[in-house]
Amino acid sequence: MCLAVPMQVKRVEGHDAVVEQAGAALNIRTDLLDEVAAGDYVLVHAGYAIQRVDEDEARETLALLRMFGIDTQTGQTTDATG
Amino acid sequence: MRLVDEFRDAEAVAGLREAIARRLSRPAKIMEVCGTHTMAIARAGVRQLLPPTVSLISGPGCPVCVTAQGEIDAFLALGECPGVVLASFGDMLRVPGSTGSLETLKARGTETRVVYSPMDAVRLAAASPEKEVVFFGIGFETTVPTVAAALLEACRLGLRNFSVLSAHKRVPPALAALATDPELAVDGFLLPGHVSVILGLEPYRFLAEQHQIPCAIAGFEVTDILEGILHLVTQIADGRAALANQYPRVVRPEGNPTARALMERVFTPTDAVWRGIGPIAASGLALRPEFAPWDARQKFALDWDRFANVPEPPACRCGDILKGIASPHDCPLFGRGCTPARPIGPCMVSSEGTCAAYYRYQIG
Ligand code: SF4
Repeated sequence: MCLAVPMQVKRVEGHDAVVEQAGAALNIRTDLLDEVAAGDYVLVHAGYAIQRVDEDEARETLALLRMFGIDTQTGQTTDATG
Repeated sequence: MRLVDEFRDAEAVAGLREAIARRLSRPAKIMEVCGTHTMAIARAGVRQLLPPTVSLISGPGCPVCVTAQGEIDAFLALGECPGVVLASFGDMLRVPGSTGSLETLKARGTETRVVYSPMDAVRLAAASPEKEVVFFGIGFETTVPTVAAALLEACRLGLRNFSVLSAHKRVPPALAALATDPELAVDGFLLPGHVSVILGLEPYRFLAEQHQIPCAIAGFEVTDILEGILHLVTQIADGRAALANQYPRVVRPEGNPTARALMERVFTPTDAVWRGIGPIAASGLALRPEFAPWDARQKFALDWDRFANVPEPPACRCGDILKGIASPHDCPLFGRGCTPARPIGPCMVSSEGTCAAYYRYQIG
């Protein structure tokens, strides 16, 4: 559950931001990162941006997570058998 | 093996595999400390790629799995207080406490809410002033800063109907306990990627410097994991111990200082019980005294000591599995009495748990 998912920041307002992932918009918080701006790629964990990443890294990680059957919006496994 | 073919960098994998096999002549025990690694390793068949000299054991890296039975019981007990809504990450929903899980409590009428973010629990409290929202704080240093930030927001908003039951754990003290465990005798640690995003490199240095155990922080791709293992076997073969960062694209040497500052403002280290491992000094996190109004332990006058020694399910071997001294196949219940659909121990509930990973990917 320590998984963090890369997402692109669309809008920032104070400590609230909207990110986009897999076509869906998600509200996140930016309290843990200084100076987040629209266009940045960030790693998101539990609804908070925890680190900046570059675009290539973001793309690679996303492809990998999808292959592992992990929901790229929530970080949860989607193909659980149980 | 099947899955590895899907990787575009099959050649890189083959090269790494060969390099690892060539480097090591004696057997080595490497512990992967992170639950996401456990899952990635199982999914991609990394164990089958390694030479027989390298045995990869899974460590206590799944926060759900190391949450003590008593901590779960304490949280569930709060559901009996009038007006309380139990808010938790979904990972915890089906983990059995001594007398039931969050899911069974819900079926019996306790108000429970699964949240994606601790901030969702704060929003819930703001929107329902007549309720008492208690958030179950589980997770390592990746998650703790998010809970700290949410709690500070609740303070800022003056919300008095929000509190946190902290069962958070700190990774470095657990590694110190494992490093000195003679029964375990681990030769190298593959360190977690996303915990290190927050912590940076400094908190791990003592493992190499004081305990002479090689360490490598690694990402989650098969090539990342194999590169991490190559770093480790190279050090083991050379008789050196250092801390390698194979994941610099994401793990900065200084970590995330802003996140750590928030974590330290709200929480202070305390002794904690890890399932299977037992008590480890300073390995947990309690709310600082100034945040008492938001501390569920104090707010509901929980008799924490009563919950400190709740026994784990007798036949479940999660504890030994979390310490890397048993494999799921050593548990008589594995795949029989205990499956992901009807889990007995937390290692089967969490998708990152070793038993669940072994079950799902049918590791022999
Ligand atoms: S198979 Fe189930 S009972 Fe056995 S160790 Fe794993 S979680 Fe515990």
